Amino acid sequence: MTKNAVIYEYDGSFEGLLCCVFESFDKKEIPLDIVSDDREQILLLSKRYIENSQEKANRVYKYIVDKGGKKAINLIKKAFLTCHPRKEFLILIMVRKIHKQGQFAFNDLSDNVVSQLFDSVKNLNNEAHLFKGFIRFSIKDNFMIAQIEPKNNVLPLIKNHFIDRFPNECFMIYDKTHSLGLLYKPHKSIIVNIDEFNMDTPTMEELEYRRLWKNYYDSIAIKERENHKCRQSHMPKRYWTNMTEFQDINQIQEKNNLMIENK
Amino acid sequence: MNLMEKLEILSDSAKYDVACTSSGVNKTSNNMGIGSASKMGICHSFSADGRCISLLKVLMTNYCIYDCKYCINRRSNDVKRVAFTPRELADLTMNFYKRNYIEGLFLSSGIIKNPDYTCEKIIEVVRILREEYHFFGYIHAKAIPGADEALLQRLGMLVDRMSVNIEMPTEKSLNLLAPDKSKKAILDNMKIIDNKITENKYDIVKYKKAPKFAPAGQSTQMIVGATGETDYQILRLTEGLYKKYSLKRVFYSAYIPVVDNPLLPSKIDYKPPLLREHRLYQADWLLRFYGFNANELLDEKNQSFNPLIDPKCNWAINNMDLFPVDVNKASFEMLLRVPGIGVKSAKRIVIARKSRSLDFTALKKIGVVLKRAQYFITCSGKLNINLNINNDNIIRNLISEKGISLLDNNFLNNSFEQLTLFPQEKVIGQDIVKSITGEF
Repeated sequence: MTKNAVIYEYDGSFEGLLCCVFESFDKKEIPLDIVSDDREQILLLSKRYIENSQEKANRVYKYIVDKGGKKAINLIKKAFLTCHPRKEFLILIMVRKIHKQGQFAFNDLSDNVVSQLFDSVKNLNNEAHLFKGFIRFSIKDNFMIAQIEPKNNVLPLIKNHFIDRFPNECFMIYDKTHSLGLLYKPHKSIIVNIDEFNMDTPTMEELEYRRLWKNYYDSIAIKERENHKCRQSHMPKRYWTNMTEFQDINQIQEKNNLMIENK
Repeated sequence: MNLMEKLEILSDSAKYDVACTSSGVNKTSNNMGIGSASKMGICHSFSADGRCISLLKVLMTNYCIYDCKYCINRRSNDVKRVAFTPRELADLTMNFYKRNYIEGLFLSSGIIKNPDYTCEKIIEVVRILREEYHFFGYIHAKAIPGADEALLQRLGMLVDRMSVNIEMPTEKSLNLLAPDKSKKAILDNMKIIDNKITENKYDIVKYKKAPKFAPAGQSTQMIVGATGETDYQILRLTEGLYKKYSLKRVFYSAYIPVVDNPLLPSKIDYKPPLLREHRLYQADWLLRFYGFNANELLDEKNQSFNPLIDPKCNWAINNMDLFPVDVNKASFEMLLRVPGIGVKSAKRIVIARKSRSLDFTALKKIGVVLKRAQYFITCSGKLNINLNINNDNIIRNLISEKGISLLDNNFLNNSFEQLTLFPQEKVIGQDIVKSITGEF
């Protein structure tokens, strides 16, 4: 099999990627890379746009399940959510490996592709786990809203956790990085594209609880044991932006007051 | 008294209790209410001291009839006394929970009037949460030593985890510093809880829907460094607690002076024994997940942990005849005993070697950290070719970074000088390692 100097372009959906896999098997070629059409890039190489076809996607999906089992398809679905810059290409090579070795393909942890795939999925899982804790909801009229800025597309992974936790509430988690929103009301959920979204101004009650929490956060630390390095390794600074305990509550309140006055 | 001030005082008093995780049980409300719990536990934040914040950790009140010498809330201490009303605390918990600040509640209390009365107050908070607010999140409550068994039974049916703090590692220290508490009352409580958990397990087998008694089990904590117990004594006690009372966790808390007392270490120039606490946790892990016995890690002659290297590494260099082990052949149990190889790495090695025989590059790819492990393993009979056999390097690689960061600088410099006195010859890794052990 030769590496043709071609790059596949697809619509950015998981089905679209499966169609790229189909194309690769069909044409007996391995593209140099697979890119989604929303990624802007200047390339000298020829791009081939792979049309999305439900039928082709289903065939590839079924093939992966038959050959590699449920575990294989779940891993590939997860790999698609990661922020690995070449996740599409890795997935293609992985499917080819499953084609050859079946479910044993995943045991080969020291293989270059398998290890990269596992690492990026591990990174995704870790980030999703952290967000189960680091997400902060604001409450207004019984509606809970949170904003996150994850590197990986974690919403599908944390969805069930928050639905199981708050089955009778209404909430939204807005992923600013990927312009996605998880919306939930009992007992329905949906993940939709949201291009722009701004958090509402907090109510007095909301500010009061934020203040209580921030106070608690500060008083729970033991001075004699202070260890900022340790804190940062568990909770890197990039997560702090959307966390209540690092907000200046008084400043938010002043801003609110100003807005009310202006009105 | 406003809520803010109460929260500040009652969380400040509770912060030295470290037995505070949200782990041990998976559950959801099945749409019947609000809340869930995850077996692995979830950290919602990390405080400035780097510790996980998972639960709202507060005292019901800091009024106390006891006079424990080490405790800031002891009767004879002049501090401001406050108390939450059960409703107030339940509401605060719900509001924090909905904002995803916390995983649940960790509730302890000073002793008001008597143990039974105190226990009833705690039960009332938990009752409101569970029965009125249909809260299914994590609740950890302290079992008050000396409280009536019927009250403990009621509390246990409402909470996820119960704990009784053993406080001091020996009865002698306990009598000295906490004259109102008795080791017997503490251990009796533990026994009661353990029995109830076991009894309840049979009920659950018999009737599927039987309510669960403390489904996340029980834990305890002890203070390290306030009294003269050795690491060996503490580790033996830990081992006994795990075996006898089937505890889920034993927590260690490096003593931090909050009061001055001639019986306790002086507050001046005092540094909490954080490294010691760290080593105890490492050893605790070895007991629970790595199949070690307390006697393998320390013994009558060596009662303290090595400050420079972790307990597993220390064990390994004292048992060099068992090494090196070959990663392609060694049993899972033996891989677990290699310094630097954890449970996850050992599992990955066992899976990955089915596909192909592993060399050092392969080990790196599957995520095995070789820094320490390289001196104790071979890959198909071969040592790591990049192995840098130079005293300084071996020592630096074997010393854990966390250990170094907790060590006193002077001590470290002195130790390095002592340790680098060996001749710079090319000898095989393990011989050098052996010679290092001679120095320790």
